[in-house]
Amino acid sequence: MNALNLLFQFADNFAFVVLAAVGLAVIFGMMGVINLGHGEFIMIGAYGTTLSANAGAPLPVAMAIGVLVTAVMGFVLERTIIHRLYDRLFDSMVATWALGLLLTQGMRILFGNSIPQVSTPLGNIAYGEFSYSTYRVLLLPVALLVLGGLYVVFTRTEFGIRARATIQDPDTARALGVDTDRMYTATFVIGSALAGLTGALYAPTLTVVPGMGSSFLVEAFVAVVVGGPSVLLGTTLSGGLLGTIDAVFTNLFGTFYGQIAMLLTAIVVIRVLSDGLTGLVETVRNRVEGE
Amino acid sequence: MSGKRSGLSRRSFLATGGAIGGAALAGCLTGGGGSGGEETVTLGIIEDRSGNFALNGTPKYNASMLAIEELNEEGGILGNEIETFAPDPQSDNQRYQQLTRQAINEENVDALWAGYSSATRETIRPIIDQNEQLYFYTTQYEGGVCDSYTFCMGATARQQLGSVLPYMVENFGSDIYTIAADYNFGQLSADWVRVLADENDANVIGEEFIPLSVTDFGSTINNIQDADPDFVMALLVGANHTSFWNQRTSAGLDVPMGTSTVMAQGYQHKRLDPPAMANVYGGFNYMEEIPTDRNQEFVDRYYEKFPDAPYINEEAVNNYFSIKMYARAAEAVGSTNQADIIEELETGMDVSAPEGDISLQGPVHHMTHNMRVFRCDENHTITVEDEQLIPEQFLSETVGCNLRENEETTQYVPADYYEEADATQE
Repeated sequence: MNALNLLFQFADNFAFVVLAAVGLAVIFGMMGVINLGHGEFIMIGAYGTTLSANAGAPLPVAMAIGVLVTAVMGFVLERTIIHRLYDRLFDSMVATWALGLLLTQGMRILFGNSIPQVSTPLGNIAYGEFSYSTYRVLLLPVALLVLGGLYVVFTRTEFGIRARATIQDPDTARALGVDTDRMYTATFVIGSALAGLTGALYAPTLTVVPGMGSSFLVEAFVAVVVGGPSVLLGTTLSGGLLGTIDAVFTNLFGTFYGQIAMLLTAIVVIRVLSDGLTGLVETVRNRVEGE
Repeated sequence: MSGKRSGLSRRSFLATGGAIGGAALAGCLTGGGGSGGEETVTLGIIEDRSGNFALNGTPKYNASMLAIEELNEEGGILGNEIETFAPDPQSDNQRYQQLTRQAINEENVDALWAGYSSATRETIRPIIDQNEQLYFYTTQYEGGVCDSYTFCMGATARQQLGSVLPYMVENFGSDIYTIAADYNFGQLSADWVRVLADENDANVIGEEFIPLSVTDFGSTINNIQDADPDFVMALLVGANHTSFWNQRTSAGLDVPMGTSTVMAQGYQHKRLDPPAMANVYGGFNYMEEIPTDRNQEFVDRYYEKFPDAPYINEEAVNNYFSIKMYARAAEAVGSTNQADIIEELETGMDVSAPEGDISLQGPVHHMTHNMRVFRCDENHTITVEDEQLIPEQFLSETVGCNLRENEETTQYVPADYYEEADATQE
């Protein structure tokens, strides 16, 4: 086993888990809505990016357009459909799943079964007989930046405090003058924009087709379930755990066992820690503080 | 079964207006098995136009419609216009089962073209065999299906790999690394790589089976670099695996790669930005770029009918020539009686296809294909490097399948006949 290989694979996997899950985690953790159309939101971001790049926009600009398109779509969907589904967990699942199907087939009808793809920029890092795509490795710092940015937004800004107040106790928040409807809309738009960002970032390195959303869904849901109730910490911890397990098992035994190991981990975590990794952190913290 | 191959289709039956009295009449007409004349010919074309396989299925549907339109312009089959039953199965195997039953029992199709993946074929084959329905499966596939009612029009893994693998060994060396999709097609194709490696004095020095859901190939690329083969056999399938090509190019993995799956089916060289597919060599019976006049005429006709179509894939052409082949068999027999047509086809037939002059191997229901080695360069230009006629050999020579003498509905696998193919013996 080559240590650099393992390191790069970990970076790659950690970034994939975190970026796949973060939009879903924000919407689920803050609003209690399980967005089964999450993968298709990512697909919209990827389409926005690829189509803009094909139209001549430089890649960073194209990515910004991809994020913007997804955020606007999230805004429209929240105002028209999602806002009717708060506190209706199962209804929201069915409705967002249907949205996902509509988005997939809609893109197929609009743009066909495939669109010209963008190639991966930045070349590779070569070391000895090995090499790794620079772009894929750089997704790790990007994922960390996203997590850091969310931490700042939700803990250090007035918006974040209002949003968290809305989540914890909407009635009291409203009594104190917080426009909770606006908070929900804003949170959903942020979640959508994050999904769009994931799509934008992976557009140059995955195959952009109408059905691509499903390739994020397993990692996204496993990460959210393993992470538990606390959005940021949960996503970070599950990205770390699942990324490590995937990298080690894939490196030692191949991609098939990497996937198996990741799903087994999810089963074990759910069975042993019903509140996920953040539940464990909470328990440990309470015990330490109690002594 | 009594309604099968009724003299009247349901639609024309209703049009005659004889609602109740006609029902008895239709009963009388059944059983005749079709004697030509006023008979309607209905072909079932069940190909994916939405869902996972839409990208591969849509060209199959298009090419079928082109073949039927051309036949109808020349007077149809036995002087009758060809009608179609052509619903969209949406890449859903349950829907395939339901539509196959509907095609056979309600639409009384005279012949059926259906399905892209081997999983789909194996899902509907029991229904087809039970109803003794003439069925054409046109995807290039792992091989070994010896079935009295199924005609496999695509090249088998032994034919596809048998054209490209010896070329790769000759030009690049004898150490092979196989990466294959982790399901029956990929596993059996990898078995064939081992058999063919042995026959060509080469060795498979590494193998990795990759689940269809995998989109991240960083570790796979590292594993290939670690093994340092002379070339890679990449038997990847589906949209997720298409991500491999961008990733290997971005990672700088420039070892030559042979394939039996990409480009000719999913036209990756047209969809991906060059040089993602540089130095990929494929063994196929068809790519749109074949530089012959006959092919060019076919390509022109196709794009005249479907100006916005992105590519003509291998399977599309297999649908096209097999529909024409069916029409000739029906004309030769003088009816659309399925048992008679199967018997006629089993005597073999020379076929003028867009790929060249090929022939049907009657006793095994497979084609001798004009196989070419296609190379994709760094600008994604396709050139033909090698060309030869390759017959189906596994059933006809190794297994000894003969459907003219024995009725069968079996799929044979190489592991039962070759030591090298049996991974459990290593």
